[in-house]
Amino acid sequence: MIILYPKKEFTQPVIAECINPDVFQDKKLEEIALLRVWEGNKQRKLDELFKVEENKAENQPEGASITVHGDLSKVRKIGACMKSGEITINGDVGMHLGEEMKGGKITVHGNAGGWIGSMMKGGTIEIHGNAGDYLGAPYRGSSEGMHGGKIVVHGSVGNEAGAHMRKGIIKIYGNAGQFAGFRIRDGTIYIQKDSEGRAGACMKNGKIVVGGFLESVLPTFTIDSVKEKVKIEEEETAKGPFYLFLGDLTEDGNGKLYVSKEKNPHLSYYEKLL
Amino acid sequence: MELLIRNGTVYDPLNGVNGEKKDIAVKDGKIVEKVNERKARKIDASGMIVMPGGVDIHSHIAGSKVNSGRLLRPEDHFKDFEPKTSVTRSGVGRSIPSTFTTGYRYARMGYTTVMDPAMAPLEAKHTHEEFNDIPMIDKASYPLLGDWWFVLEYLREGDIEECAKHVAWMMAATKGYAIKLVNPGGLEAWGFGHNVKGIDDQVPYFCITPREIIRGLCKVNKLLNLPHTIHVHTNNLGKPGNYVTAIETMKSVEDLADGNKPVIHVTHCQFCAFKGDDWRTFESGAEEIANYVNAHSHATLDMGQVIFTDTTTMTADGPFQFNLYELSGNKWVNHDVETETSGGIVPFRYRRKSYVHATQWSIGLELALLIKDPWKIFMTTDHPNGGPFIAYPKIVAWLMSKKARERTLKKINPRVKSRSLLSSIDRELGFYEIAIITRAGQAKALGLKSKGHLGVGADADIAIYNFNPEAADPSKKYKTLRKAFKRAAYTIKDGKIAVRDGEVVKSVEGATLWLDVQTSEPVEVSEEMKRRFKEYWTVEYENYPVTEHYLEIQRPISVKADV
Repeated sequence: MIILYPKKEFTQPVIAECINPDVFQDKKLEEIALLRVWEGNKQRKLDELFKVEENKAENQPEGASITVHGDLSKVRKIGACMKSGEITINGDVGMHLGEEMKGGKITVHGNAGGWIGSMMKGGTIEIHGNAGDYLGAPYRGSSEGMHGGKIVVHGSVGNEAGAHMRKGIIKIYGNAGQFAGFRIRDGTIYIQKDSEGRAGACMKNGKIVVGGFLESVLPTFTIDSVKEKVKIEEEETAKGPFYLFLGDLTEDGNGKLYVSKEKNPHLSYYEKLL
Repeated sequence: MELLIRNGTVYDPLNGVNGEKKDIAVKDGKIVEKVNERKARKIDASGMIVMPGGVDIHSHIAGSKVNSGRLLRPEDHFKDFEPKTSVTRSGVGRSIPSTFTTGYRYARMGYTTVMDPAMAPLEAKHTHEEFNDIPMIDKASYPLLGDWWFVLEYLREGDIEECAKHVAWMMAATKGYAIKLVNPGGLEAWGFGHNVKGIDDQVPYFCITPREIIRGLCKVNKLLNLPHTIHVHTNNLGKPGNYVTAIETMKSVEDLADGNKPVIHVTHCQFCAFKGDDWRTFESGAEEIANYVNAHSHATLDMGQVIFTDTTTMTADGPFQFNLYELSGNKWVNHDVETETSGGIVPFRYRRKSYVHATQWSIGLELALLIKDPWKIFMTTDHPNGGPFIAYPKIVAWLMSKKARERTLKKINPRVKSRSLLSSIDRELGFYEIAIITRAGQAKALGLKSKGHLGVGADADIAIYNFNPEAADPSKKYKTLRKAFKRAAYTIKDGKIAVRDGEVVKSVEGATLWLDVQTSEPVEVSEEMKRRFKEYWTVEYENYPVTEHYLEIQRPISVKADV
């Protein structure tokens, strides 16, 4: 297991795609120290910015694993394109964590920036704090969102979580900002608490579950029924009752938007339309 | 500076040089008979191919539409970027590269002259500003005149001479190079939400037909003695069954040809060689078009080859782009409707497994292989519509190697494989023919006297590729061939070594070419026209023309008109 400690407080963005178990695997400590990272517009060696240590304890999990201790909120692209192994971050982390990752696991014991798990295809990301905007969303302009995998956030997230999602699951145990599930085509987004609104705008298919307060449902959704419970994934069910809305009709969509009945008494007038 | 390129295998079709071992001497940016051997810098090109610098007759590299494409597609750039080096500037690329990168990438493939085929006259200043920022290549642009109100009015009244004078003025005002027609009549109709359905369909309000516009501007082109023919993007582009329109368009000017001189260039012909009634019965109409072109000598074509990749389609043909947007469901921009055209931009991915896309791929190659005379068909991808220009080496490999074609055929939609004519075509082009379709033919069609050949007096634009035609067979070693054409061993621009081993070693300037059409008496702009500018245009008449100081490096070409 490799352990990294930042040597200073970063003031400029650091782009560290090389902090990736696949890259570290089969490399000696000296080789890892020489890997290249960008700090601002300067290229540096990894050990100029981080103290690199190896923990040779026994009973190590299979596959390479990396642990980072410290504030990485300026460090971007950690674990980008990773296929296997594990990264644990004890502290905050910056943007593009696990971008396009295909497998493995990233755990963050802290807050994370924007574009976490952007365009990811597989693997798991778990964040114990809050996450920024564009969780699992693609790069600006692109419509190729998350293609698989799982993101779990125990805190709250910003706007446009899961935009353009095509497959996979996002679970948010806190609140979500505006436009959660913007233009999703498939997959599941579960928001345990409140959503700031416009959830599921332009969705084509897939499932969004809002367990808390949602000020209003977009007018381009129609009410379908009231469900007692919703399956989130294997062995996890959200207890309702939930209003089930279908939409978004502007996109000729057939997505499912579940909104808690108990937390949203102001939506009760929809029941007349059932 | 003097330069001597020794022992290369030279292909120079305009001078009839077919694979001879020859030395090429260069002095002061021109090709000369001989240079002082002791003083000159020598390049050893033994075991390499020497050709004139590449010429691209149709590639959207600059202008308002291209720039909107850049804005529309940040996702196109973020994975393809080039950091600055000691000689080049940084940039982003792929289907719509930034200006500097466009120049560098063309130069790396041995190209030295590129024509931007669609400039809305109202956006001419923008186009020339971008040209100023494209290094390494000479460039020019064709103003869109097929839907220009004044032209339509002159043609309605049948006043060809006045129309010619107006076009002469427009060439100078926009600093353009040739007359471009895009979906003639259709774009004017699109401004009001309509389109024309064929070349005999009437254009609303103006009461003339596309046929009259094409014929009229073809006559104008002849009166003005412009070096290039009219450059036509046909009506009904991108619709099944449109090969008929393409042939009718060529037929409509058949009688205007004198001798063997071409009078019309049908551009990105792949997109107008579709047969069938709808997308389900869609098939290739390349054979019919090739048969027509083989039997006539008044038309030239370019391929508009499709590459299986993610690209950005952009044409001045708004209605076509709207159809494409509806087909793809992707984001789009309808651009420049307020100007003399109506552009559209739609990101698009050509997929191997799609029957239609794979057929389109096949059509492009069929056209190039079925048309017997390489002087009539040129290699383009209609960059970026069929694919980015960086894919040219792939097309060279497909044209030169049946093996390469079969390899791709194996990967595409099986229905296309069994129905395509391509698998039955054995023709493989040689380097002489490749030199024609990538430079000599294009330069000849454009009337560029000092480009596309290596004769004495020509511009010293030279490409050297590291492929030995004596030691290796391009039809078998197509991968080596592709590599060689992707990264030119040397690109020499105006006698300066700009690229070496596929890397830019010197940033050289490229000039903007434009036509200075000299009419018998200077064209006077009528008060009526000025009045209309004041009343209807978004700019004042005084701000409309591009003045000469706008062009940083320019090379006007004087043309004596018959009016």
